[in-house]
Amino acid sequence: MSALGVVGGVVQPVLIVAGSPLLVGLMRQVRARLEGRAGAGAGQPWRDLRKLLRKERIAPRGTSEVFRFAPLVLVATTLVVAVVVPFIATESALDPVADLFAVVALLALGAVALALAGLDTGTAFGGMGASREMTILALVEPTLLVAIFALSVRVGSTNLGAIVSSTLHDPARVISPASLLAAVALIVVIVAETGRIPVDNPSTHLELTMVHEAMVLEYAGPDLALVELASAMRLSVFLGLLANLFAPWGIATEATPLAVLIGVLALVVKVGVLGGLLAAAEVFVAKLRLFRVPELLAGSFLLALLAVAASFFLV
Amino acid sequence: MITRTLTSAQLPGQAASLLEEGFRLALVAGHDDGDRLRAVYLFTAAAPDRRVELHVPLDQDTPEVPSLAGLSFAAGRFEREMHDLFGIVPTGHPLPQRLVRHFHWPRGWYPMLTEAGDPPEFGSVDGPYPFRTVEGPGVYEIPVGPVHAGMIGPGHFRFSVVGETILNLKARLWFVHRGLEKLFHGRTPGEGIELAERVSGDTTVGHTLAYCLAVEDAHRWPVPEDAQRIRAILLELERLYNHITDIGALCNDVAYGVLNAHCQRVRERLLRLNDTVTGHRLLRDAVHPGGATITALPDPRVLAAVGADAAEIVDLALSNTVVADRFTGTAPLGRDQAADLGTLGVVARASGLDVDARHDHPFLSAEFPRTRHSRTDGDVLSRFLVRAEEITTSIAMITSLADMLGGRTTATGPVTSGTGGSGVGIVEGWRGTIVHRVELTGDGRLSRVKIVDPSFFNWPALPVALADTIVPDFPLTNKSFNLSYAGNDL
Repeated sequence: MSALGVVGGVVQPVLIVAGSPLLVGLMRQVRARLEGRAGAGAGQPWRDLRKLLRKERIAPRGTSEVFRFAPLVLVATTLVVAVVVPFIATESALDPVADLFAVVALLALGAVALALAGLDTGTAFGGMGASREMTILALVEPTLLVAIFALSVRVGSTNLGAIVSSTLHDPARVISPASLLAAVALIVVIVAETGRIPVDNPSTHLELTMVHEAMVLEYAGPDLALVELASAMRLSVFLGLLANLFAPWGIATEATPLAVLIGVLALVVKVGVLGGLLAAAEVFVAKLRLFRVPELLAGSFLLALLAVAASFFLV
Repeated sequence: MITRTLTSAQLPGQAASLLEEGFRLALVAGHDDGDRLRAVYLFTAAAPDRRVELHVPLDQDTPEVPSLAGLSFAAGRFEREMHDLFGIVPTGHPLPQRLVRHFHWPRGWYPMLTEAGDPPEFGSVDGPYPFRTVEGPGVYEIPVGPVHAGMIGPGHFRFSVVGETILNLKARLWFVHRGLEKLFHGRTPGEGIELAERVSGDTTVGHTLAYCLAVEDAHRWPVPEDAQRIRAILLELERLYNHITDIGALCNDVAYGVLNAHCQRVRERLLRLNDTVTGHRLLRDAVHPGGATITALPDPRVLAAVGADAAEIVDLALSNTVVADRFTGTAPLGRDQAADLGTLGVVARASGLDVDARHDHPFLSAEFPRTRHSRTDGDVLSRFLVRAEEITTSIAMITSLADMLGGRTTATGPVTSGTGGSGVGIVEGWRGTIVHRVELTGDGRLSRVKIVDPSFFNWPALPVALADTIVPDFPLTNKSFNLSYAGNDL
């Protein structure tokens, strides 16, 4: 384990946990301003979390340990991803885990835990949300794997650190057809996976249209805070992954304080800009009919497949 | 107005021949005349405006009327309402379950009877009333409400669903009966205004105007044409602010929030205009029996700006392909279905029915052309476009009526003390046709007020339109109907 890996392993989770609610707040603020509203300010998600964390723990009657542990699993898996993925440093604290397949599996594990919790409540909404989430997840995960796989082909490794380092040394790869196709596929996947418009509407109050929110309807207090925090962290993790796979510049390659500082700043700026762009784009998009979502995701899978083909044949 | 008094045996034959002649059943009301009960059936027809009342006196001990449910769908619901409130039994009714009564009301307690007394403590549950269960592989139920996440009235919806497709939907309403009709009893017509204004918060003018027309009809008071013009302006102002709100809400339900923000801006502008016109943002205190008084006529420049904004918003909404896709073909209500259920207003016109009390039962002598609707397929898009097109018509109407008034802001006819009697008021509120029927005692006090909001007719159309629609499209469909809980549950 290198010094740089240790620094990354300590700084990254702290940064992701502290910054994710701010990212969500920033995105809401961008949307509010574009809609001509004042907005609650970027700090509002943190204020909400503080409020929820002070409340008592409460669980619906008849729920089992699955319901109680799901938020912890969700936060824990996301934290591991936050530790190992090369966000601010190219080297990872747990190098074997910083693998394409391991990271995707960890993220899926969190989503599955939450879907099981939704089923565990026994309510119609929990089951409905879980069913919709699984439908979307089943289409999203293969695309996620294939898209990143397209980038790993030329590197010859599925280690994310290796992919990022190789892009850093050979920037021309970013504008290769394989890379661009994979980027588009990944963006669609991230929108679907994090429950943004046009796949899901994170700000709706209409239970019957919800996907992610329907699963977590029964959570309250600190458990809800964990779910909300984990959702925000997943959004940051996905955007950070997108940023560093296609524009890794600024990431620390040596363990000096200056390099790490630049790495942190670069990540904050990249994720902030991506979040702002995503929020701005959402203003101009409406939510798709649920049955049209698979069409969108199938399209992104095709792009990912083309990216893999391109990375083999168009070198 | 033709009034006929019949025995209960004569009722079905008379009702059938009226329906055959193209009348629709507009209102059914029970009455407690002290020594006996009485059922009143109001039939109306358009072009020319015709109204026929059938009165059926009933024995107090065994009040029974033959059910008309086989002739008219709406009649079946009116009869269930009358049974719950007066204890008048519709014999031969195919579905004689409770409709209005809350299931905690004590058995045999009928709140509209004179001797019913104060509302009792909630007691034993009034029998099981199970939902129809739909069975089959993969069918499950989603219960929603009666308490909802949004700021809306209470209603319980039971979806039977396979996958995401709705097989059956049952809406159960009537959770907050306010006893509104009974509150009118013993008041003078002037004292009734404050109640009429609050029948349904968003339909102040519609209900107040129907009430005033009914009182004026009972007293045979002549109303000056200027007063009717002012009333028509207020009615259209109410239509404007509600239609623009609905257009924004429909966009919001497909997560196109930016247009909702703009609709809210336009709505606020209209509410402020209402404030300058009547001194009240929701147009209260302007219509009264015999006339109407406002503080200023609406500024045509504001209206023109609102019209331009609304047109741009509608254009932006439909030019977004995802929004257009969500609206098009969603939850269609066929023309025949709409006619069979007796739907009214926006919902009926979106399904291609030409029902509009402004033309069918006009209170203004000036005639305005009917709005021609570009799409009448009965889907969400049709209901969206009907609203959009009515905004244009309403603005044109207000502008031309304001020109006719030439600055006059008040007009009241002679208000004499009457000799009792009954009257009917019919108004096209923004949701649809509102009917009020009043009866007055000899000293001019109200002895019975019956209110029919178009939502009473339109609620049953919602589950019909939703058959084979997917669950996530329910909120959008519900919004496109936008029915009133308060107007339905008096």
